[in-house]
Amino acid sequence: MQVTSSVRDPLITGGKTYHDVTHDVCRQVENRPSLAWFLAFLTAAGVLALGSIAIVATLWEGIGMWGLNKTVGWAWDITNFVWWVGIGHAGTLISAVLLLFRQKWRTSINRAAEAMTIFAVICAAMFPVIHMGRPWLGAYWALPLPNTFGSLWVNFNSPLLWDVFAISTYFAVSLVFWYIGLIPDFATIRDRATGLRKTIYGALSFGWDGAAHTWMRYESVSLILAGLATPLVLSVHTIVSFDFATSVIPGWHTTIFPPYFVAGAIFSGFAMVLTLMIVTRKVFKLEDYITISHIEMMNIVIIVTGSIVGVAYITEFFIAWYSGVEPEFYAFYNRATGPYFWAYWIMMTCNVISPQLFWIKKIRTSIVATFILSIVVNIGMWFERFVIIVTSLHRDYLPSSWAMFYPTWADVGVYLFTFGLFFSLFFLFAKFFPVINMAEVKAVLKSSSEKVSK
Amino acid sequence: MERDTHFVLGVYDDEDVLLHAVEEVRSSGIKIQEVYSPYPVHGLEHVLGYKRSRLPIAAFLFGILGTTLALLMQYYMMLFDWPMIIGGKDYASFPAFIPVTFELTVLLAAFGMVGVFMISSNLKPWAQPRIFDLRSTDDKHIMAIDIANNSAMEIAKIEEILKSSGATEVNKKSFE
Repeated sequence: MQVTSSVRDPLITGGKTYHDVTHDVCRQVENRPSLAWFLAFLTAAGVLALGSIAIVATLWEGIGMWGLNKTVGWAWDITNFVWWVGIGHAGTLISAVLLLFRQKWRTSINRAAEAMTIFAVICAAMFPVIHMGRPWLGAYWALPLPNTFGSLWVNFNSPLLWDVFAISTYFAVSLVFWYIGLIPDFATIRDRATGLRKTIYGALSFGWDGAAHTWMRYESVSLILAGLATPLVLSVHTIVSFDFATSVIPGWHTTIFPPYFVAGAIFSGFAMVLTLMIVTRKVFKLEDYITISHIEMMNIVIIVTGSIVGVAYITEFFIAWYSGVEPEFYAFYNRATGPYFWAYWIMMTCNVISPQLFWIKKIRTSIVATFILSIVVNIGMWFERFVIIVTSLHRDYLPSSWAMFYPTWADVGVYLFTFGLFFSLFFLFAKFFPVINMAEVKAVLKSSSEKVSK
Repeated sequence: MERDTHFVLGVYDDEDVLLHAVEEVRSSGIKIQEVYSPYPVHGLEHVLGYKRSRLPIAAFLFGILGTTLALLMQYYMMLFDWPMIIGGKDYASFPAFIPVTFELTVLLAAFGMVGVFMISSNLKPWAQPRIFDLRSTDDKHIMAIDIANNSAMEIAKIEEILKSSGATEVNKKSFE
């Protein structure tokens, strides 16, 4: 029996019964999709089609299609890579870390957040693969195979190789964690369906029958996977930050990077979860499951992680000055006042000032304000990566090598492509998969809803 | 037919009623085949007398395997097969090998444990589960009692015990 303090707000409102939960979530899977869904999906697919022109052009002509030059060898591509990976982090945080902390409010949002993680990691992985120039070779170049099948191996001292292992492990473990959670819900859909749908969801549900033995093992597997995914998610962005921190470029070579990147990742990820959830709850009428108090909780996480990010920016700047290392201080001074000052100040405004608005209860419980700020945060986090990467590179060691980076249409197009891919996948998920983890919501329903009749 | 299996099913609405019912039914000497629930009920495996799952041990062993394989692979490639000095570091630069070792530990632990879970729970895409009641994945808890295992007791008696333990319905189900 579970006991919850009576002063806590109910997690599920509207006096839902167990059957209502099943019905409200399965409805989206079973009914014909609404016009809103079709329009949204077609828009995303259109962006995907448009962006694929840039992908084809890049693959056909080569990386020269991008605005990179001899000085700025990393720019939009790696910015986008770090941005997408960071977004993915919130899903694992919600499903794994909040599970370990026994936060029951995660049950309404973990499914969609994990789906977001998986799609974001797919989008992220595209950038380093395309940047290899010949991705059909890149598929095995990065693996621990003898180089071009001779006898020279990949370099295990390189953070770029650590990244290959980190991102692929992260993707694989997130996918398994997500799928294990989906199995009982697929069984629910199977048992309500007939005909072809029964066959398809029957196969997807892996013959789940809900036996107490299986549930016992399921709980055990979930807990251990959460325990594994927690250090994993921290390791992934730590290793992403090593790509920069282990180099000797002023502005990159700082020990603060791992914790600062992880906090920033969770910050931007929660913002993306909010963007998606606010739309999903409206379109699918799930306001009783994803309530204002869920949105408020996520906004509180944004305040905490946003403040960590803000403190990290200030610390970084202070240490650059206090260290007395001139190139280091110049890198930071140049960020704030150099030719990319506007990017720096967009980053500062969006990431340091805007999340502080959530201290005001009216703002953090307002859907409109949250939606706008969630997008502002992700704009800010994109500029954070842009500032770190491009401003540190564009002032090279020799002033004769100084250069600027200007994106080309192919840079923009490849970025658009990932947007199209992400949203197409998310809309397909929202239509064909249960967007809320029914079994877990039912498990907390008795202790956390307004009332449960029969 | 000989191979037919017959079950008496108790249908429960509430998880707390179910937990007490399981205790009651078991103490009256009835062997419960299995209980089917739409969501995990905390303490159910305890009142049913199931042994703790050993899946965490499986995860640990697969994790150790991952650690070992990752270190062996990196030492073999970087120290024995093609030694090369990179960035002025030692051939065997142990700290640089930690990230990949950690990732492979997690990967093998997760996949190994999930694999064992799939096998032990007979979860596979082509599995045809025995569904006692379609509502057991919606809002009802189904307690299944195999008549063959409880031949000492009359069926009417079993049904009576189920009813008095709080079952909202008592049904019969047969599989061929």
